[in-house]
Amino acid sequence: MQWRDYWRRFFNYFMFSLTGLCALVTVGVLFFILGYLLWNGGSSLSWAFLTHLPTPPGESGGGMANAIVGSAKLLLLASVIGIPMGFLGGVYLAEFGAHALPFVIRYTADLLNGVPSIVMGIFAYTIVVLPMKHFSTLAGSLALGVMMIPIAVRSTEEALRTVPQSLREGALALGASKWKTIATVVVPAARKGVITGIVLDIARVAGETAPLLFTAFSNRFWSPGWNQPTASLPVMVFTYAISPYEDWHRQAWAAGLILLSLVLVANLVARLSVSGRTAH
Amino acid sequence: MAADDVKLRVSGLDFFYGAKQSLFGIGLQILPNRITALIGPSGCGKSTFLRTLNRMYETVPHARAEGEILLDNEDLLGMDAVLLRRRVGMVFQRPNPFPKSIFDNIAYGLKANGHYGRSALQEKVEKSLRRAALWDEVKDSLHKSAYALSGGQQQRLCIARALAVDPEVLLLDEPCSALDPIATARIEELLFSLQDQCTQIIVTHNMQQAARVADFTGFFLLGKLIEFNKTEVIFKKPAMKETEDYITGRFG
Repeated sequence: MQWRDYWRRFFNYFMFSLTGLCALVTVGVLFFILGYLLWNGGSSLSWAFLTHLPTPPGESGGGMANAIVGSAKLLLLASVIGIPMGFLGGVYLAEFGAHALPFVIRYTADLLNGVPSIVMGIFAYTIVVLPMKHFSTLAGSLALGVMMIPIAVRSTEEALRTVPQSLREGALALGASKWKTIATVVVPAARKGVITGIVLDIARVAGETAPLLFTAFSNRFWSPGWNQPTASLPVMVFTYAISPYEDWHRQAWAAGLILLSLVLVANLVARLSVSGRTAH
Repeated sequence: MAADDVKLRVSGLDFFYGAKQSLFGIGLQILPNRITALIGPSGCGKSTFLRTLNRMYETVPHARAEGEILLDNEDLLGMDAVLLRRRVGMVFQRPNPFPKSIFDNIAYGLKANGHYGRSALQEKVEKSLRRAALWDEVKDSLHKSAYALSGGQQQRLCIARALAVDPEVLLLDEPCSALDPIATARIEELLFSLQDQCTQIIVTHNMQQAARVADFTGFFLLGKLIEFNKTEVIFKKPAMKETEDYITGRFG
């Protein structure tokens, strides 16, 4: 055998190992983070953590019930603001996209997607917090909702574009109007892709901290209604992690664990619904 | 022939994709309840012509038709496109059932066009499937996905779907090009059996098919209608040299 053959075999083996190693690291990082969160936060994860209010500084025990509910309310209102707008915008881009305007919208959506999340916070601060003169769930939701729009636009557009043109023509040829074609054939055919995009969109903003710091702020107690400052899991992680108390550190880990679990479950649900796409 | 004996009267029809003209001064008359075949080499404009008859070209940006098309003496190019397409149905080259159940596929046009009660809808669906000779094969699986059917069955489903809204004219754009010979034979039988119920215009690459099913045949070449006549005249005694060359396989 020639040295070139050895070299080729070595190189082949080397590259295979390198790509395999990188793949392993990618997977490993996730499991490392998950394990670390479990290790540090698992012990603080209890029924009380899920159902009790935070204790005053220095006292141990207590929980983050208000932050869990706060996060849920923030995400709910953000979804109400962001999803319909993003979805309909995506429908416009995919179905009426033959003119000059869609290029502008698509480009703007990409730019909006690139706006740093803290700038979104300043935006919501300026148009909601300043006029109302206090922090609120509403302001936090607006910041998160605006962040959701560009992703919802692009993921809806992508999903609708995978629907073959022949289906649209089939519906139009039967005397369905354009709107009816979109509502009864195109969107149902792209249903799974649209839902997946939206679930991932929610999961993405669920962990946002910066835009909440000066919009929803935080709260040691329950936040009734929508116009009071509210606690949220990401902000709690931030506050507790930089506090001087050992017990709070562990609770910060536990809150992080809950956040990550929610995101993982959302991803999993989205993935499973995608794998069902081939079956219809 | 008297004016009211003509279903579709086309005169001086030009068609453009942007600046590119693809049909030149087409003129012909389609008789009711007859099958008309349009033949010609790829890119000759026969499918484009077909798509002017239900204005399906409007989904393509910058496409426009000029000239006159009369459907029962009404201006087809000026009509509301949605109302037109309820009168002029279309079946496409590849079967394109919706990702819905067989029942919902057939009911789609009916639901889009008006309100039917449950039993009326069921009756209509059965009648359409019978007309398309598909009822016996699918009557036990009406609520299964249309994607579970074979290609030939899917194409007959698409014909049934188009028939459900009782179109006056049925346009067929190479309906058998994706099917095997047996499925093709079934579709041809079906077209034959529908003769009394609607006017059919079929674009085909298959000259035997045109000869088998059509009463009239039009030959297109480079965006022009070269010859239009009774099918036996076109195939036995074509008037134009180009037609003869194409039919005898000298080009195309």
